[in-house]
Amino acid sequence: MTGFRTLLYKEVTRFWKVAFQTVAAPVLTALLYLLVFSHTLDRHVRVFPDVPYTAFLVPGLAMMSALQNAFANASSSLIQSKITGNIVFLLLPPLSHREFFAAYVLASVLRGALVGIGVLLVTLPLIDLRLVAPAWAFAFLLLGGAVLGTLGTIAGIWADKFDQLAAFQNFLIMPLTFLSGVFYSIHSLPDFWLKVSHLNPVFYMIDGFRYGFFGHSDVPPEQSLLVVSGFLLLLAWLTLAMLKSGYKLRH
Amino acid sequence: MRPAGGSHAAQEASERVSGPDQIRSSDMRMTPSLPPALRISGVEKRYGNLLALDGISFDVAPGEFFGLLGPNGAGKTTLISALAGLVIPDAGTIEILGHDVQADYRAARRALGVVPQELVFDPFFTVREVLVMQSGYYGIRDNGPWIDEILHNLDLESKANANTRALSGGMKRRVMVAQALVHRPPVIVLDEPTAGVDVELRHALWQFIRRLNRDGHTIVLTTHYLEEAESLCTRIAMLKQGRLVALERTADLLSRHAAHTLRLKLSGGSLPASLAARAQASSSGEYCLSLTNLDEVETVLHALHAAGLKVADMELGKPELEEVFVELMRAP
Repeated sequence: MTGFRTLLYKEVTRFWKVAFQTVAAPVLTALLYLLVFSHTLDRHVRVFPDVPYTAFLVPGLAMMSALQNAFANASSSLIQSKITGNIVFLLLPPLSHREFFAAYVLASVLRGALVGIGVLLVTLPLIDLRLVAPAWAFAFLLLGGAVLGTLGTIAGIWADKFDQLAAFQNFLIMPLTFLSGVFYSIHSLPDFWLKVSHLNPVFYMIDGFRYGFFGHSDVPPEQSLLVVSGFLLLLAWLTLAMLKSGYKLRH
Repeated sequence: MRPAGGSHAAQEASERVSGPDQIRSSDMRMTPSLPPALRISGVEKRYGNLLALDGISFDVAPGEFFGLLGPNGAGKTTLISALAGLVIPDAGTIEILGHDVQADYRAARRALGVVPQELVFDPFFTVREVLVMQSGYYGIRDNGPWIDEILHNLDLESKANANTRALSGGMKRRVMVAQALVHRPPVIVLDEPTAGVDVELRHALWQFIRRLNRDGHTIVLTTHYLEEAESLCTRIAMLKQGRLVALERTADLLSRHAAHTLRLKLSGGSLPASLAARAQASSSGEYCLSLTNLDEVETVLHALHAAGLKVADMELGKPELEEVFVELMRAP
Protein backbone atom coordinates (compact mmCIF):
# COMPACT_ATOMS: atom_id res chain seq x y z
CA MET A 1 0.00 0.00 0.00
CA THR A 2 2.89 2.38 0.71
CA GLY A 3 3.99 2.08 -2.91
CA PHE A 4 0.52 2.97 -4.20
CA ARG A 5 0.12 5.82 -1.72
CA THR A 6 3.50 7.26 -2.66
CA LEU A 7 2.79 7.13 -6.37
CA LEU A 8 -0.63 8.72 -5.81
CA TYR A 9 1.04 11.44 -3.71
CA LYS A 10 3.60 12.03 -6.44
CA GLU A 11 0.98 12.26 -9.17
CA VAL A 12 -1.18 14.66 -7.15
CA THR A 13 1.83 16.79 -6.14
CA ARG A 14 2.94 16.88 -9.76
CA PHE A 15 -0.20 18.64 -10.98
CA TRP A 16 -0.69 20.65 -7.79
CA LYS A 17 2.77 22.22 -8.12
CA VAL A 18 1.62 23.68 -11.43
CA ALA A 19 -2.02 24.20 -10.38
CA PHE A 20 -2.21 27.51 -12.20
CA GLN A 21 -1.86 25.64 -15.44
CA THR A 22 -3.61 22.40 -14.48
CA VAL A 23 -6.57 23.66 -12.44
CA ALA A 24 -6.97 27.44 -12.67
CA ALA A 25 -6.51 27.71 -16.46
CA PRO A 26 -9.23 25.18 -17.39
CA VAL A 27 -11.61 26.82 -14.91
CA LEU A 28 -11.04 30.17 -16.63
CA THR A 29 -11.56 28.62 -20.07
CA ALA A 30 -14.89 27.15 -18.94
CA LEU A 31 -15.90 30.51 -17.55
CA LEU A 32 -15.15 32.15 -20.91
CA TYR A 33 -17.31 29.58 -22.72
CA LEU A 34 -20.07 30.30 -20.29
CA LEU A 35 -19.90 34.07 -20.74
CA VAL A 36 -19.88 33.90 -24.52
CA PHE A 37 -22.58 31.24 -24.91
CA SER A 38 -24.89 32.63 -22.27
CA HIS A 39 -24.65 36.11 -23.78
CA THR A 40 -25.49 34.91 -27.28
CA LEU A 41 -27.93 32.10 -26.54
CA ASP A 42 -29.65 32.62 -23.22
CA ARG A 43 -32.63 34.49 -24.70
CA HIS A 44 -33.03 32.15 -27.68
CA VAL A 45 -32.53 28.65 -26.38
CA ARG A 46 -34.38 26.78 -23.70
CA VAL A 47 -33.62 23.09 -23.32
CA PHE A 48 -35.63 22.19 -20.22
CA PRO A 49 -38.87 24.18 -19.76
CA ASP A 50 -38.08 25.64 -16.33
CA VAL A 51 -34.28 25.95 -16.66
CA PRO A 52 -32.57 28.98 -18.26
CA TYR A 53 -29.94 28.08 -20.89
CA THR A 54 -27.03 29.41 -18.80
CA ALA A 55 -28.00 27.21 -15.87
CA PHE A 56 -28.40 24.25 -18.24
CA LEU A 57 -24.94 24.91 -19.63
CA VAL A 58 -23.00 25.13 -16.35
CA PRO A 59 -23.09 21.46 -15.21
CA GLY A 60 -22.20 20.32 -18.72
CA LEU A 61 -19.26 22.71 -18.92
CA ALA A 62 -18.08 21.69 -15.45
CA MET A 63 -18.25 18.01 -16.39
CA MET A 64 -16.60 18.52 -19.78
CA SER A 65 -13.71 20.37 -18.14
CA ALA A 66 -13.42 17.70 -15.45
CA LEU A 67 -13.28 14.94 -18.06
CA GLN A 68 -10.76 16.67 -20.32
CA ASN A 69 -8.49 17.37 -17.38
CA ALA A 70 -8.76 13.85 -16.01
CA PHE A 71 -7.57 12.65 -19.41
CA ALA A 72 -4.82 15.26 -19.60
CA ASN A 73 -3.46 14.40 -16.16
CA ALA A 74 -2.57 10.75 -16.66
CA SER A 75 -1.64 11.11 -20.30
CA SER A 76 0.68 14.09 -19.97
CA SER A 77 2.33 12.75 -16.82
CA LEU A 78 3.07 9.42 -18.50
CA ILE A 79 4.31 10.82 -21.80
CA GLN A 80 6.58 13.28 -20.00
CA SER A 81 8.03 10.51 -17.84
CA LYS A 82 8.52 8.34 -20.91
CA ILE A 83 10.15 11.01 -23.03
CA THR A 84 12.44 12.33 -20.28
CA GLY A 85 13.16 8.73 -19.27
CA ASN A 86 12.44 9.18 -15.58
CA ILE A 87 9.70 6.54 -15.80
CA VAL A 88 12.55 4.11 -15.12
CA PHE A 89 12.32 5.10 -11.44
CA LEU A 90 8.76 3.75 -11.41
CA LEU A 91 9.64 0.60 -13.35
CA LEU A 92 12.56 -0.45 -11.11
CA PRO A 93 10.64 -0.59 -7.79
CA PRO A 94 8.29 -3.45 -6.86
CA LEU A 95 5.09 -1.56 -7.75
CA SER A 96 2.41 -3.89 -9.08
CA HIS A 97 0.42 -3.12 -12.22
CA ARG A 98 -2.65 -2.58 -10.03
CA GLU A 99 -0.89 -0.02 -7.83
CA PHE A 100 0.41 1.77 -10.91
CA PHE A 101 -3.06 1.85 -12.50
CA ALA A 102 -4.90 2.92 -9.35
CA ALA A 103 -2.47 5.74 -8.57
CA TYR A 104 -2.59 7.28 -12.06
CA VAL A 105 -6.36 6.99 -12.35
CA LEU A 106 -7.12 8.32 -8.86
CA ALA A 107 -4.83 11.33 -9.33
CA SER A 108 -6.67 12.01 -12.61
CA VAL A 109 -10.06 11.72 -10.91
CA LEU A 110 -8.89 14.18 -8.28
CA ARG A 111 -7.67 16.74 -10.80
CA GLY A 112 -10.85 16.34 -12.84
CA ALA A 113 -13.01 16.79 -9.74
CA LEU A 114 -11.06 19.89 -8.65
CA VAL A 115 -11.51 21.47 -12.07
CA GLY A 116 -15.21 20.51 -12.23
CA ILE A 117 -15.93 21.83 -8.74
CA GLY A 118 -13.85 24.92 -9.54
CA VAL A 119 -16.05 25.68 -12.56
CA LEU A 120 -19.19 25.30 -10.43
CA LEU A 121 -17.77 27.58 -7.72
CA VAL A 122 -16.78 30.44 -10.03
CA THR A 123 -20.17 30.37 -11.75
CA LEU A 124 -22.10 30.46 -8.45
CA PRO A 125 -22.35 34.27 -8.41
CA LEU A 126 -23.62 34.30 -12.01
CA ILE A 127 -26.41 31.77 -11.96
CA ASP A 128 -28.96 30.22 -9.68
CA LEU A 129 -27.99 26.56 -9.64
CA ARG A 130 -29.64 24.00 -7.40
CA LEU A 131 -28.27 20.57 -6.68
CA VAL A 132 -31.37 18.34 -6.63
CA ALA A 133 -29.62 14.98 -6.34
CA PRO A 134 -26.02 15.59 -5.23
CA ALA A 135 -25.18 11.88 -4.89
CA TRP A 136 -25.90 11.32 -8.60
CA ALA A 137 -23.79 14.32 -9.60
CA PHE A 138 -20.93 13.19 -7.41
CA ALA A 139 -21.08 9.61 -8.65
CA PHE A 140 -20.89 10.73 -12.29
CA LEU A 141 -18.08 13.18 -11.55
CA LEU A 142 -15.97 10.40 -10.04
CA LEU A 143 -16.89 7.67 -12.54
CA GLY A 144 -16.51 9.97 -15.54
CA GLY A 145 -13.13 11.14 -14.23
CA ALA A 146 -12.07 7.52 -13.77
CA VAL A 147 -13.06 6.60 -17.36
CA LEU A 148 -11.12 9.53 -18.81
CA GLY A 149 -8.21 8.98 -16.41
CA THR A 150 -8.07 5.39 -17.64
CA LEU A 151 -8.20 6.54 -21.27
CA GLY A 152 -5.40 9.00 -20.42
CA THR A 153 -3.35 6.16 -18.98
CA ILE A 154 -3.87 4.11 -22.15
CA ALA A 155 -2.94 7.07 -24.36
CA GLY A 156 0.12 7.90 -22.25
CA ILE A 157 1.39 4.33 -22.43
CA TRP A 158 0.61 3.96 -26.13
CA ALA A 159 2.00 7.27 -27.44
CA ASP A 160 5.71 7.44 -28.19
CA LYS A 161 5.68 11.11 -29.12
CA PHE A 162 3.82 14.23 -28.07
CA ASP A 163 2.11 14.52 -31.44
CA GLN A 164 0.68 11.00 -31.17
CA LEU A 165 -0.78 12.00 -27.83
CA ALA A 166 -2.08 15.25 -29.32
CA ALA A 167 -3.76 13.23 -32.08
CA PHE A 168 -5.46 11.01 -29.50
CA GLN A 169 -6.60 14.08 -27.61
CA ASN A 170 -7.73 16.19 -30.57
CA PHE A 171 -9.29 13.50 -32.76
CA LEU A 172 -10.88 11.32 -30.09
CA ILE A 173 -11.27 13.01 -26.72
CA MET A 174 -12.24 16.48 -27.93
CA PRO A 175 -15.01 15.32 -30.34
CA LEU A 176 -16.34 12.86 -27.75
CA THR A 177 -16.59 15.55 -25.09
CA PHE A 178 -17.83 18.37 -27.35
CA LEU A 179 -20.48 16.25 -29.05
CA SER A 180 -21.87 14.83 -25.85
CA GLY A 181 -24.73 17.23 -25.25
CA VAL A 182 -22.80 19.78 -23.20
CA PHE A 183 -24.20 22.68 -25.22
CA TYR A 184 -27.56 21.20 -26.23
CA SER A 185 -30.00 18.44 -25.47
CA ILE A 186 -29.47 15.57 -27.87
CA HIS A 187 -33.26 15.48 -28.38
CA SER A 188 -32.85 18.64 -30.43
CA LEU A 189 -30.75 16.65 -32.93
CA PRO A 190 -31.99 14.93 -36.12
CA ASP A 191 -32.81 11.27 -35.63
CA PHE A 192 -29.52 9.96 -37.06
CA TRP A 193 -27.32 12.14 -34.84
CA LEU A 194 -29.48 11.33 -31.85
CA LYS A 195 -28.69 7.65 -32.39
CA VAL A 196 -25.00 8.41 -32.89
CA SER A 197 -24.95 10.41 -29.66
CA HIS A 198 -26.23 7.35 -27.81
CA LEU A 199 -23.02 5.56 -28.80
CA ASN A 200 -20.89 8.21 -27.14
CA PRO A 201 -20.05 7.18 -23.55
CA VAL A 202 -19.32 10.79 -22.61
CA PHE A 203 -22.97 11.67 -23.35
CA TYR A 204 -24.06 9.43 -20.45
CA MET A 205 -21.54 11.07 -18.10
CA ILE A 206 -22.78 14.58 -18.91
CA ASP A 207 -26.42 13.57 -18.88
CA GLY A 208 -26.11 11.73 -15.57
CA PHE A 209 -24.17 14.59 -13.99
CA ARG A 210 -26.82 17.09 -15.15
CA TYR A 211 -29.57 14.91 -13.64
CA GLY A 212 -27.97 15.61 -10.25
CA PHE A 213 -28.71 19.31 -10.72
CA PHE A 214 -32.11 19.44 -12.43
CA GLY A 215 -33.66 16.08 -11.71
CA HIS A 216 -34.29 15.58 -15.40
CA SER A 217 -32.16 14.14 -18.13
CA ASP A 218 -32.29 12.72 -21.66
CA VAL A 219 -32.01 9.12 -20.45
CA PRO A 220 -32.71 7.72 -16.95
CA PRO A 221 -29.65 8.16 -14.65
CA GLU A 222 -29.68 4.45 -13.78
CA GLN A 223 -29.10 3.62 -17.42
CA SER A 224 -26.29 6.17 -17.65
CA LEU A 225 -24.68 4.78 -14.50
CA LEU A 226 -24.77 1.29 -15.98
CA VAL A 227 -23.21 2.41 -19.27
CA VAL A 228 -20.48 4.47 -17.61
CA SER A 229 -19.63 1.74 -15.08
CA GLY A 230 -19.54 -0.90 -17.82
CA PHE A 231 -17.26 1.27 -19.90
CA LEU A 232 -14.98 1.88 -16.91
CA LEU A 233 -14.69 -1.84 -16.20
CA LEU A 234 -13.87 -2.61 -19.81
CA LEU A 235 -11.18 0.08 -20.06
CA ALA A 236 -9.74 -0.80 -16.64
CA TRP A 237 -9.43 -4.43 -17.70
CA LEU A 238 -7.66 -3.38 -20.91
CA THR A 239 -5.29 -1.02 -19.09
CA LEU A 240 -4.42 -3.57 -16.43
CA ALA A 241 -3.66 -6.12 -19.15
CA MET A 242 -1.42 -3.58 -20.91
CA LEU A 243 0.43 -2.74 -17.71
CA LYS A 244 0.78 -6.37 -16.68
CA SER A 245 2.28 -7.37 -20.01
CA GLY A 246 4.63 -4.38 -19.91
CA TYR A 247 3.25 -3.08 -23.23
CA LYS A 248 5.47 -0.20 -24.44
CA LEU A 249 7.02 0.12 -20.98
CA ARG A 250 9.05 -3.07 -20.57
CA HIS A 251 10.58 -4.25 -23.81
CA MET B 1 25.48 0.15 6.61
CA ARG B 2 24.26 -3.33 6.00
CA PRO B 3 22.15 -4.32 3.05
CA ALA B 4 18.53 -5.03 3.88
CA GLY B 5 18.26 -8.56 2.50
CA GLY B 6 20.75 -11.40 2.39
CA SER B 7 22.67 -9.57 5.07
CA HIS B 8 23.87 -12.70 6.78
CA ALA B 9 25.61 -13.91 3.66
CA ALA B 10 26.86 -10.47 2.96
CA GLN B 11 28.32 -10.08 6.43
CA GLU B 12 30.18 -13.31 6.05
CA ALA B 13 31.55 -12.14 2.77
CA SER B 14 32.66 -8.82 4.20
CA GLU B 15 34.49 -10.46 7.08
CA ARG B 16 36.53 -12.54 4.72
CA VAL B 17 37.67 -9.59 2.75
CA SER B 18 40.02 -6.87 3.83
CA GLY B 19 39.97 -4.91 0.61
CA PRO B 20 38.39 -5.13 -2.79
CA ASP B 21 41.74 -5.52 -4.51
CA GLN B 22 42.29 -8.86 -2.92
CA ILE B 23 41.07 -12.02 -4.51
CA ARG B 24 38.50 -13.83 -2.48
CA SER B 25 38.96 -17.50 -2.97
CA SER B 26 36.20 -18.28 -0.52
CA ASP B 27 33.64 -16.37 -2.58
CA MET B 28 33.71 -19.01 -5.22
CA ARG B 29 32.79 -21.82 -2.84
CA MET B 30 29.25 -20.96 -2.01
CA THR B 31 27.35 -22.44 0.86
CA PRO B 32 24.68 -24.66 -0.74
CA SER B 33 21.85 -23.02 1.23
CA LEU B 34 22.85 -19.60 0.00
CA PRO B 35 21.44 -18.42 -3.33
CA PRO B 36 23.80 -16.53 -5.62
CA ALA B 37 23.40 -12.76 -5.75
CA LEU B 38 22.70 -13.16 -9.46
CA ARG B 39 21.93 -16.28 -11.44
CA ILE B 40 21.62 -15.76 -15.16
CA SER B 41 20.66 -18.91 -17.09
CA GLY B 42 20.46 -19.13 -20.86
CA VAL B 43 19.19 -15.60 -21.38
CA GLU B 44 18.33 -14.66 -24.95
CA LYS B 45 16.95 -11.43 -26.31
CA ARG B 46 16.30 -10.64 -29.93
CA TYR B 47 15.44 -7.27 -31.50
CA GLY B 48 14.35 -8.00 -35.06
CA ASN B 49 17.37 -9.54 -36.75
CA LEU B 50 19.75 -8.57 -33.98
CA LEU B 51 20.47 -11.15 -31.31
CA ALA B 52 21.28 -8.76 -28.46
CA LEU B 53 21.80 -11.55 -25.91
CA ASP B 54 22.77 -14.97 -27.19
CA GLY B 55 22.40 -17.52 -24.40
CA ILE B 56 24.11 -15.75 -21.50
CA SER B 57 24.67 -17.79 -18.33
CA PHE B 58 26.69 -16.97 -15.25
CA ASP B 59 26.41 -16.50 -11.49
CA VAL B 60 27.62 -13.71 -9.26
CA ALA B 61 28.31 -14.68 -5.65
CA PRO B 62 27.10 -12.59 -2.72
CA GLY B 63 29.65 -9.92 -1.78
CA GLU B 64 31.47 -9.96 -5.12
CA PHE B 65 32.63 -6.84 -6.95
CA PHE B 66 31.86 -7.95 -10.48
CA GLY B 67 32.73 -6.25 -13.74
CA LEU B 68 30.67 -6.56 -16.91
CA LEU B 69 32.73 -5.35 -19.84
CA GLY B 70 32.39 -5.18 -23.58
CA PRO B 71 32.34 -2.69 -26.43
CA ASN B 72 29.30 -0.58 -27.27
CA GLY B 73 26.47 -2.76 -28.49
CA ALA B 74 27.82 -5.92 -26.85
CA GLY B 75 24.62 -6.33 -24.81
CA LYS B 76 25.70 -5.06 -21.39
CA THR B 77 22.83 -2.62 -20.95
CA THR B 78 20.31 -5.10 -22.37
CA LEU B 79 21.50 -7.66 -19.81
CA ILE B 80 21.27 -5.14 -16.97
CA SER B 81 17.82 -4.10 -18.15
CA ALA B 82 16.79 -7.76 -18.09
CA LEU B 83 18.03 -8.05 -14.48
CA ALA B 84 15.95 -5.02 -13.59
CA GLY B 85 12.82 -6.27 -15.37
CA LEU B 86 12.97 -3.41 -17.90
CA VAL B 87 13.61 -5.90 -20.67
CA ILE B 88 11.76 -9.20 -20.87
CA PRO B 89 14.06 -11.95 -22.22
CA ASP B 90 12.82 -14.22 -25.03
CA ALA B 91 14.36 -17.23 -23.29
CA GLY B 92 16.16 -18.08 -20.08
CA THR B 93 15.73 -17.04 -16.47
CA ILE B 94 17.31 -14.54 -14.11
CA GLU B 95 17.26 -14.79 -10.34
CA ILE B 96 18.33 -12.18 -7.82
CA LEU B 97 19.15 -13.78 -4.45
CA GLY B 98 16.99 -16.72 -5.49
CA HIS B 99 14.02 -14.63 -6.67
CA ASP B 100 12.99 -14.91 -10.30
CA VAL B 101 12.82 -11.41 -11.81
CA GLN B 102 9.56 -12.22 -13.62
CA ALA B 103 7.65 -14.68 -11.44
CA ASP B 104 8.75 -13.20 -8.11
CA TYR B 105 9.38 -9.67 -9.29
CA ARG B 106 8.52 -7.93 -6.05
CA ALA B 107 11.16 -9.73 -3.98
CA ALA B 108 13.67 -9.58 -6.86
CA ARG B 109 13.26 -5.83 -7.33
CA ARG B 110 13.49 -5.19 -3.59
CA ALA B 111 16.88 -6.93 -3.59
CA LEU B 112 18.21 -4.91 -6.51
CA GLY B 113 19.39 -1.32 -6.85
CA VAL B 114 20.13 -0.12 -10.38
CA VAL B 115 21.84 3.08 -11.49
CA PRO B 116 20.77 3.43 -15.13
CA GLN B 117 23.24 4.63 -17.72
CA GLU B 118 21.19 7.50 -19.11
CA LEU B 119 21.09 10.69 -17.07
CA VAL B 120 17.43 11.12 -16.12
CA PHE B 121 15.62 13.15 -13.47
CA ASP B 122 12.16 14.36 -12.51
CA PRO B 123 12.06 18.15 -12.91
CA PHE B 124 9.06 18.56 -10.61
CA PHE B 125 10.80 17.70 -7.35
CA THR B 126 13.71 18.47 -5.03
CA VAL B 127 16.47 15.97 -4.27
CA ARG B 128 15.01 15.08 -0.89
CA GLU B 129 11.46 14.75 -2.28
CA VAL B 130 12.79 12.41 -4.97
CA LEU B 131 14.51 10.21 -2.38
CA VAL B 132 11.53 10.15 -0.01
CA MET B 133 9.25 9.11 -2.88
CA GLN B 134 11.69 6.54 -4.20
CA SER B 135 11.74 4.99 -0.70
CA GLY B 136 7.94 4.93 -0.72
CA TYR B 137 7.85 3.01 -4.01
CA TYR B 138 9.83 0.30 -2.23
CA GLY B 139 7.31 0.34 0.63
CA ILE B 140 9.60 2.20 3.01
CA ARG B 141 8.25 5.05 5.13
CA ASP B 142 10.23 7.27 7.51
CA ASN B 143 13.49 6.66 5.68
CA GLY B 144 14.94 10.02 6.81
CA PRO B 145 18.05 8.85 8.68
CA TRP B 146 19.18 6.59 5.83
CA ILE B 147 18.46 9.29 3.24
CA ASP B 148 20.60 11.70 5.31
CA GLU B 149 23.40 9.17 5.35
CA ILE B 150 23.27 8.65 1.58
CA LEU B 151 23.18 12.43 0.99
CA HIS B 152 26.19 12.82 3.27
CA ASN B 153 28.17 10.05 1.59
CA LEU B 154 27.49 11.36 -1.89
CA ASP B 155 28.20 14.93 -0.81
CA LEU B 156 24.68 15.99 -1.74
CA GLU B 157 23.67 17.54 1.61
CA SER B 158 23.89 21.10 0.33
CA LYS B 159 21.64 20.21 -2.61
CA ALA B 160 18.98 18.33 -0.61
CA ASN B 161 16.38 21.04 -1.09
CA ALA B 162 17.40 22.05 -4.59
CA ASN B 163 15.19 21.16 -7.53
CA THR B 164 16.76 18.34 -9.54
CA ARG B 165 16.42 20.50 -12.66
CA ALA B 166 18.90 23.01 -11.21
CA LEU B 167 21.69 20.46 -10.66
CA SER B 168 24.81 19.96 -12.77
CA GLY B 169 25.28 16.70 -14.67
CA GLY B 170 27.59 15.27 -12.01
CA MET B 171 25.13 16.14 -9.26
CA LYS B 172 22.27 14.55 -11.19
CA ARG B 173 24.37 11.40 -11.49
CA ARG B 174 24.85 11.38 -7.72
CA VAL B 175 21.09 11.70 -7.21
CA MET B 176 20.62 8.65 -9.44
CA VAL B 177 23.09 6.70 -7.32
CA ALA B 178 21.21 7.84 -4.21
CA GLN B 179 17.89 6.74 -5.74
CA ALA B 180 19.30 3.27 -6.36
CA LEU B 181 20.33 2.95 -2.71
CA VAL B 182 17.24 4.18 -0.80
CA HIS B 183 16.04 0.64 -0.08
CA ARG B 184 19.50 -0.66 0.93
CA PRO B 185 19.60 -3.22 -1.87
CA PRO B 186 21.93 -6.18 -1.24
CA VAL B 187 22.74 -6.21 -4.97
CA ILE B 188 23.77 -2.95 -6.64
CA VAL B 189 24.16 -2.60 -10.41
CA LEU B 190 25.90 0.44 -11.86
CA ASP B 191 25.69 0.91 -15.63
CA GLU B 192 28.60 3.15 -16.59
CA PRO B 193 28.24 5.38 -13.54
CA THR B 194 31.36 7.39 -14.31
CA ALA B 195 30.69 8.18 -17.98
CA GLY B 196 31.21 11.91 -18.41
CA VAL B 197 31.88 12.45 -14.71
CA ASP B 198 34.76 14.54 -13.37
CA VAL B 199 37.72 13.00 -11.57
CA GLU B 200 36.71 14.22 -8.14
CA LEU B 201 33.25 12.67 -8.27
CA ARG B 202 34.62 9.48 -9.79
CA HIS B 203 36.97 9.19 -6.85
CA ALA B 204 34.29 9.91 -4.25
CA LEU B 205 31.86 7.55 -5.93
CA TRP B 206 34.29 4.65 -5.96
CA GLN B 207 35.19 5.24 -2.34
CA PHE B 208 31.52 5.00 -1.40
CA ILE B 209 30.85 1.97 -3.59
CA ARG B 210 33.90 0.20 -2.20
CA ARG B 211 32.63 0.83 1.28
CA LEU B 212 29.22 -0.59 0.38
CA ASN B 213 31.00 -3.64 -1.03
CA ARG B 214 33.04 -4.05 2.17
CA ASP B 215 29.79 -3.85 4.11
CA GLY B 216 28.56 -6.84 2.13
CA HIS B 217 26.69 -5.40 -0.86
CA THR B 218 27.25 -7.24 -4.12
CA ILE B 219 28.35 -4.81 -6.83
CA VAL B 220 27.96 -5.30 -10.58
CA LEU B 221 29.63 -2.65 -12.67
CA THR B 222 29.89 -1.82 -16.33
CA THR B 223 32.42 0.74 -17.43
CA HIS B 224 34.45 1.81 -20.41
CA TYR B 225 37.35 2.78 -18.15
CA LEU B 226 39.22 -0.51 -18.03
CA GLU B 227 41.63 0.66 -15.36
CA GLU B 228 38.60 1.20 -13.10
CA ALA B 229 37.39 -2.34 -13.68
CA GLU B 230 40.91 -3.69 -13.17
CA SER B 231 41.39 -2.01 -9.82
CA LEU B 232 37.85 -2.56 -8.47
CA CYS B 233 36.48 -5.83 -9.79
CA THR B 234 37.52 -9.18 -8.41
CA ARG B 235 35.87 -11.00 -11.29
CA ILE B 236 35.06 -9.99 -14.81
CA ALA B 237 32.71 -11.09 -17.57
CA MET B 238 33.29 -9.86 -21.09
CA LEU B 239 30.50 -9.68 -23.63
CA LYS B 240 30.88 -9.46 -27.37
CA GLN B 241 27.95 -9.35 -29.77
CA GLY B 242 25.63 -10.75 -27.14
CA ARG B 243 27.87 -13.65 -26.21
CA LEU B 244 30.02 -14.24 -23.14
CA VAL B 245 33.65 -14.40 -24.27
CA ALA B 246 35.34 -14.36 -20.87
CA LEU B 247 34.33 -15.07 -17.29
CA GLU B 248 37.25 -15.15 -14.91
CA ARG B 249 38.83 -13.64 -11.87
CA THR B 250 40.54 -10.43 -12.87
CA ALA B 251 43.95 -11.71 -11.79
CA ASP B 252 43.57 -14.96 -13.76
CA LEU B 253 42.37 -13.11 -16.80
CA LEU B 254 45.39 -10.83 -16.68
CA SER B 255 47.94 -13.57 -16.12
CA ARG B 256 46.49 -15.80 -18.80
CA HIS B 257 45.99 -13.32 -21.57
CA ALA B 258 48.36 -10.46 -20.86
CA ALA B 259 52.08 -10.51 -20.23
CA HIS B 260 54.51 -8.48 -18.19
CA THR B 261 56.67 -6.32 -20.43
CA LEU B 262 60.32 -5.49 -19.95
CA ARG B 263 61.66 -2.34 -21.56
CA LEU B 264 65.43 -2.18 -21.96
CA LYS B 265 67.89 0.44 -23.08
CA LEU B 266 71.33 -1.04 -23.73
CA SER B 267 74.80 0.37 -24.04
CA GLY B 268 77.68 -1.40 -25.74
CA GLY B 269 75.86 -3.30 -28.50
CA SER B 270 72.56 -4.74 -29.64
CA LEU B 271 70.37 -7.48 -28.24
CA PRO B 272 71.78 -11.02 -28.56
CA ALA B 273 70.07 -13.29 -31.10
CA SER B 274 68.58 -15.52 -28.37
CA LEU B 275 66.50 -12.61 -27.12
CA ALA B 276 66.01 -10.65 -30.33
CA ALA B 277 63.44 -13.15 -31.62
CA ARG B 278 60.94 -12.23 -28.86
CA ALA B 279 61.65 -8.54 -28.63
CA GLN B 280 60.36 -5.51 -30.42
CA ALA B 281 62.95 -2.89 -31.15
CA SER B 282 62.05 0.75 -31.18
CA SER B 283 63.79 3.51 -33.13
CA SER B 284 65.30 5.01 -30.00
CA GLY B 285 67.37 1.90 -29.37
CA GLU B 286 64.93 0.53 -26.80
CA TYR B 287 63.73 -3.04 -26.74
CA CYS B 288 60.48 -4.37 -25.42
CA LEU B 289 60.24 -8.03 -24.35
CA SER B 290 57.11 -9.94 -23.31
CA LEU B 291 57.57 -12.15 -20.31
CA THR B 292 55.36 -15.08 -19.41
CA ASN B 293 56.43 -14.77 -15.78
CA LEU B 294 58.64 -12.59 -13.63
CA ASP B 295 61.39 -15.25 -13.21
CA GLU B 296 62.32 -14.55 -16.79
CA VAL B 297 63.75 -11.18 -15.81
CA GLU B 298 66.71 -12.98 -14.31
CA THR B 299 67.24 -15.11 -17.44
CA VAL B 300 67.21 -12.03 -19.63
CA LEU B 301 69.69 -10.15 -17.44
CA HIS B 302 71.92 -13.19 -17.37
CA ALA B 303 71.95 -13.43 -21.17
CA LEU B 304 72.77 -9.72 -21.45
CA HIS B 305 75.61 -10.08 -19.00
CA ALA B 306 76.99 -13.09 -20.88
CA ALA B 307 76.94 -11.06 -24.13
CA GLY B 308 78.92 -8.29 -22.42
CA LEU B 309 76.13 -5.75 -22.63
CA LYS B 310 75.23 -3.11 -20.07
CA VAL B 311 71.72 -2.03 -19.16
CA ALA B 312 71.41 1.74 -19.41
CA ASP B 313 67.73 1.80 -18.36
CA MET B 314 65.10 -0.77 -17.51
CA GLU B 315 61.36 -0.67 -16.84
CA LEU B 316 59.02 -3.50 -15.89
CA GLY B 317 55.39 -3.11 -17.01
CA LYS B 318 52.44 -4.90 -15.41
CA PRO B 319 49.86 -6.72 -17.50
CA GLU B 320 46.85 -4.52 -18.26
CA LEU B 321 43.22 -5.35 -18.70
CA GLU B 322 43.15 -3.21 -21.80
CA GLU B 323 45.45 -5.66 -23.62
CA VAL B 324 43.20 -8.57 -22.63
CA PHE B 325 40.16 -6.64 -23.73
CA VAL B 326 41.65 -5.78 -27.12
CA GLU B 327 42.84 -9.35 -27.64
CA LEU B 328 39.48 -10.90 -26.77
CA MET B 329 37.51 -8.44 -28.83
CA ARG B 330 39.75 -9.00 -31.86
CA ALA B 331 39.45 -12.77 -31.71
CA PRO B 332 37.03 -14.09 -34.35
